[in-house]
Amino acid sequence: MGVGIQVENLNAWYGHTHTLQDINLHIPANHATALIGPSGCGKSTFVRCLNRMHETNPIARATGVVKMGEIDIYKDASPVEIRRRVGMVFQRPNPFPTMSIYDNVASGLKLNGFRNRRVLDEVVERSLKQSALWDEVKNDLRKKSGASLSGGQQQRLCIARALAVDPEVLLMDEPASALDPVSTSKIEDLIFQLKSQYTIVIVTHNMQQAARVAENTGFFLNGRMVEFDSTHKIFTNPSDKRTEDYITGRFG
Amino acid sequence: MRIKFHQSLDELKEKLLVMAGMAEQAIQRAIEAYRTRDLSFCDLVLHSEPSINHLEREIDQLALDLLAMEQPMAIDLRFILSVIRINADLERVGDQAVNIAVRVREMQAFPNVDLPVDIPKLAALAAAMVRKALQSFIEADDVMAASVLTMDDQVDEMNQSAFYSLSTLIKEKPEMTPQALNAIIIARNLERVGDHATNIAEDVIFWVRGADVRHYHQVREPEAS
Repeated sequence: MGVGIQVENLNAWYGHTHTLQDINLHIPANHATALIGPSGCGKSTFVRCLNRMHETNPIARATGVVKMGEIDIYKDASPVEIRRRVGMVFQRPNPFPTMSIYDNVASGLKLNGFRNRRVLDEVVERSLKQSALWDEVKNDLRKKSGASLSGGQQQRLCIARALAVDPEVLLMDEPASALDPVSTSKIEDLIFQLKSQYTIVIVTHNMQQAARVAENTGFFLNGRMVEFDSTHKIFTNPSDKRTEDYITGRFG
Repeated sequence: MRIKFHQSLDELKEKLLVMAGMAEQAIQRAIEAYRTRDLSFCDLVLHSEPSINHLEREIDQLALDLLAMEQPMAIDLRFILSVIRINADLERVGDQAVNIAVRVREMQAFPNVDLPVDIPKLAALAAAMVRKALQSFIEADDVMAASVLTMDDQVDEMNQSAFYSLSTLIKEKPEMTPQALNAIIIARNLERVGDHATNIAEDVIFWVRGADVRHYHQVREPEAS
């Protein structure tokens, strides 16, 4: 099951650039939360702070508190542990190109030392079913490489790979922006189904997508979170003029 | 900036204002026909109806295209929804003008008698409601729109009063029944015009404030921020 995420006074820098400023919000468990905003507003930096990927850049740093459930991810756990609990899917599908479909999905577990074949088989099947890819690849699990799949299938493979390690949170950074409308629709259906089991945070430039999949939406601008509210409120009657100007295309 | 989209929104607003002008003119002509019994005003009303109907379809089509092609959000979405509703109400105002014109023609078949009802006064109030509602739309003024809602009770009262006076007349002077009945129907048409003005004002409030005040008698002012 997913956990809620509590963010308090989160600040982040790249070198001297203050990319996130005093972010405070609560992301509810087992909901999809969308983050919108113009390019460079800090939304991707924000999600990278939720799984401690931000600090992998040598000139980057972050301060503040990010709690997943009761765990302060910057104090109570290692980056490796956090990344097991927080899966991430990126804009461009990035399956391991030389690995089979099976090995792509099982890679996280194998890295964590799992070797039991029966367990691995079960997890691979469950994860591929959860990502709605099983029926399309079940006969080619070991025959085909991840790179041989279509773009939409590759993205669902990456989602299966993220789910295989049984995370509590799934971060998605523009997961459908490189996909055609049919594949996009499958990813959105998937988000809708997965949110009952996981806490999902999705960064998107597609506001209709945010409106379709997320219960809550946050609007970022210039490193600050301008507004966070129910998606319905944000897209029909936002409280802040800057949010309204952005979603109605008057800037950005 | 979504320049083309915002130009289309301006075009939608301009078309609705043309529609508003036509509907307002139709109701004024119908009332003038009643006041003067000059049937040429009735003809003008009847001839203008197809143009109003045509423009109604044109506005609906443009609004539909914008919803389908531009996926409007927030205030733009509310604006387009309001335009669609106001458009329908204006077309109905035009229909009420036609109904009044038809009644005035019928009344011509009977002797012109003094009736215990001030139709021009009722008409002036209903027309003032329409004008104010449309002005609130032009100025995006939700407070002005809210003031329209309070005028509706007065129109309703005048309509009811007309009904009782004319019903009494029918009982006392049955020979005046045709004229009295037509006047009752015209008063009812004007009361409906007031209702449409109320709907338009409610749509302006929805567009500007994002608040749905339909079917509420009391309208809350926006909270101070």
